[in-house]
Amino acid sequence: MFENLSHLALQQYWWIIDSLLGSILVFLLFVQGGQTLIYRIGKSDMERTMIINALGRKWEFTFTTLVTFGGAMFASFPLFYSTSFGGAYWVWMAILFCFIIQAVSYEFRSKPSNVWGAKTFETFLFINGLLGTILLGIAVGTFFNGAEFLVNDMNQSHWATAFGGLEAVLNIHNVALGLTVFFLARLLASLYFMNNIEDENIYSRSRKQLLYSGIPFLVVFLFFVIRLMLMKGFAVDPATGVVSLESYKYLHNLLAMPIVALLFLGGVIGVLFGLIKSYLSAKYTKGIWFAGGGTIMVVFSLFLIAGFNHTAFYPSIADLQSSLTIQNASSSHYTLTAMSYVSLIVPFVIAYIVYVWRAINNKKIDLEEMNTEEHLY
Amino acid sequence: MIEHFDPSLVDWSRAQFALTAMYHWIFVPLTLGLAFIIAIMETIYFKTGDSQWKKITKFWMTLFGINFAIGVATGIILEFEFGTNWSNYSWFVGDIFGAPLAVEGIMAFFMESTFIAVMFFGWNKVSKRFHLVSTWLVAIGSNLSALWILIANGWMQNPVGMKFNPETARNEMMNFWDILFSPTGVNKFLHTLSSSYTLAAVFVLGVSSWYLLKKVNVSFAKKSIVVAAVFGLTSSVYTVLTGDNSAREIVRNQPMKFAAIEGLYDGSAGAGLVAFGVMAESTNGKHKNMKDFNFKIEIPNMLSYMAYLDGNAFVPGVNDIINGFTDNDGIVHPSVNQKIEMGKKAITALRTFKTAKKAGDKTMAEQAQKDLEANFKYFGYGYFDDPYDIVPPISMSFYSFHMMVGLGMWFILLFIISLVYIYKDLITNKKWFLRAVLWSIPLAYVASECGWIVAEMGRQPWVIQDLMPTLTAVSNIDVVSVKITFFLFLTVFTGLLIAEIKILLKQIKNGPNHGGQ
Repeated sequence: MFENLSHLALQQYWWIIDSLLGSILVFLLFVQGGQTLIYRIGKSDMERTMIINALGRKWEFTFTTLVTFGGAMFASFPLFYSTSFGGAYWVWMAILFCFIIQAVSYEFRSKPSNVWGAKTFETFLFINGLLGTILLGIAVGTFFNGAEFLVNDMNQSHWATAFGGLEAVLNIHNVALGLTVFFLARLLASLYFMNNIEDENIYSRSRKQLLYSGIPFLVVFLFFVIRLMLMKGFAVDPATGVVSLESYKYLHNLLAMPIVALLFLGGVIGVLFGLIKSYLSAKYTKGIWFAGGGTIMVVFSLFLIAGFNHTAFYPSIADLQSSLTIQNASSSHYTLTAMSYVSLIVPFVIAYIVYVWRAINNKKIDLEEMNTEEHLY
Repeated sequence: MIEHFDPSLVDWSRAQFALTAMYHWIFVPLTLGLAFIIAIMETIYFKTGDSQWKKITKFWMTLFGINFAIGVATGIILEFEFGTNWSNYSWFVGDIFGAPLAVEGIMAFFMESTFIAVMFFGWNKVSKRFHLVSTWLVAIGSNLSALWILIANGWMQNPVGMKFNPETARNEMMNFWDILFSPTGVNKFLHTLSSSYTLAAVFVLGVSSWYLLKKVNVSFAKKSIVVAAVFGLTSSVYTVLTGDNSAREIVRNQPMKFAAIEGLYDGSAGAGLVAFGVMAESTNGKHKNMKDFNFKIEIPNMLSYMAYLDGNAFVPGVNDIINGFTDNDGIVHPSVNQKIEMGKKAITALRTFKTAKKAGDKTMAEQAQKDLEANFKYFGYGYFDDPYDIVPPISMSFYSFHMMVGLGMWFILLFIISLVYIYKDLITNKKWFLRAVLWSIPLAYVASECGWIVAEMGRQPWVIQDLMPTLTAVSNIDVVSVKITFFLFLTVFTGLLIAEIKILLKQIKNGPNHGGQ
């Protein structure tokens, strides 16, 4: 089946899979967003316990999706993996440290004799929520704004600056995407609490918080998107592989792929509907599904315009011709074929995740459960 | 290709990888083994309905959760470190090595992380049967995740199923099944898993012994000992069998590693196995990694038997490998000097190929490709000048191997004695034995880490056997950055380890009557 596809078709298939993983990851970052709201929404110990337990039952999905996204990028586009991780050393290390400290915090926070105290682990969760989201957004921002690397004829790379990728924070467009991800994660977290926790105070504070996260989110998101549509992009000549700057490249990509444009618009409407309806309706709890679905659609479409329609998905601003495309950065035809067969199990994985999610979420987290449950975070 | 190596960068990158990998490995084996021990305990609860077994299951599950979290925390860095610190490696073999990591995520990590939620929070939310299935799926998922990374590691020790593509300057996968079912990978997987189960069994046995010494939770402890001892005995015997298979496979594919773990400099027919040995502090003058024995006790012919199931077979030593030899299968192995010469030809041919391609000289490119293919088998040797540079640290390999094997035998004895004493209902009176079991917990960790030292130090200077030396695999980054992250990891991981140990000790002290809290 897959072996009969062309190399390009397989490369596109894998860019779609990676983009999907990336967009699901952004949705699942509601866990990180929630970690920055523990004290803002939870005013008593019990409220904070409910919030942390609501997040604690989902953090591993986010973590696993991040790890799988990394593995899938390595398998399908190893030149991106070796170039970006090996060059933007400090950006990725900072992101990884944010996630390392998160992984223990839920389990250790409330355990007696945890040495460093509950506050330390709550601070870890906050750092993960704040820096983890912003830095991930900034890292993805370099897909559009480029990064400072060089690749030689043996496909070995090195970074052109001494800052190991941290120079990306000086680009306002990258920062705008970082902040977009951060405020979006907080917005989704509020919607998640409204859906997952049976507590009036938490519900009303989460609803109020929608405004505080929603407005800055819309501001930075609009700034990012408008600038993206107006900026020059990194176009690849399909015949020669030569990379050049093209005005309105990402707008052209969107117009050249109407399905992607529809996805983008549909996603934006989904997020706005989830946000506005949840804010206006007194008892509405389904907003997370509209905003979450919308998030996946928007991020997915952004990944597609970064890599499709003859575009360099990881452009080099140090040397245009070092830029990575889904064609020059990918694995071989054989490896992509083998991996494509593996990808057929993804629907089964999604099916059991949905099944288990529903089984565990069939009852909302409430006071009674917190008082009787033996395994608490 | 890389023309200049920064030895300091290579050393710090290796130190960081060793630090993070060894920290991660403190937690993984307990997760792998305890997951199955818990699943067995819950199965007994499911079958008997005895609430005591539910309490036992929940207690060990709490310890599992604490250990699992820190295993996850220390694990994420390893996946990304291949890119951050070993980017040349990531490109040279990424076409092969990346696939197992992706499959690991899709197939195993999601299974683990999804069903662990049911395992911890589903007691009152799902049926007993669904809960039991979830516990088993967590065990299977965590063990599946080990499968893929160990297959990848096995491939690094014995690269099969690929071909070098000079156009892209990387190795490309030609046969997925050759890689998945490579005897090296399969042996490594089975040996690592069974030894991890052994560690987990020693852990459960040790903690239970502490309760018996303190005369608390006696019934709970005895029941746990029965499960752990049976599981541990089965696993440790299987560890010996898989280790035995590994030895025969290593002598063929990595003869230098085999010679190093035995401290064998000059090979012979009917070679003896060093049962116990002490090496000199100073080197023997040939190379910094080579030290002679001050003292050793040998079992005659045993090494030949272990390697070839023939007590009179020839086993090559370090000097034989350096000078060239013919093995028992009649295969002639060239001297290292010859391999270096071939490696240099391969590297030159690759450069010529690239130059010819750029210049559009098809004939020259074709000839260069032929030269490259003829010499590629020893590509990595081209980066060395001194043949003794391919000798791994012998004393470290030797001691690690012998400690691992010696401790493995000790654990088998522990499991057998535990079962005998339990059967005769004498275990509560045998304080000396209970203390010995308790103090065997750290020894199980020592044995497990030694196994990895043997595997990874024994294969130096290679990151991919014969094809890529470790020194060419590093990222082209600033050594100061690596030094900083090394100390950051050291600080963070040590801080987390201290917290983990204190939490575990507190939970153990509280015992099963508090629901593990």
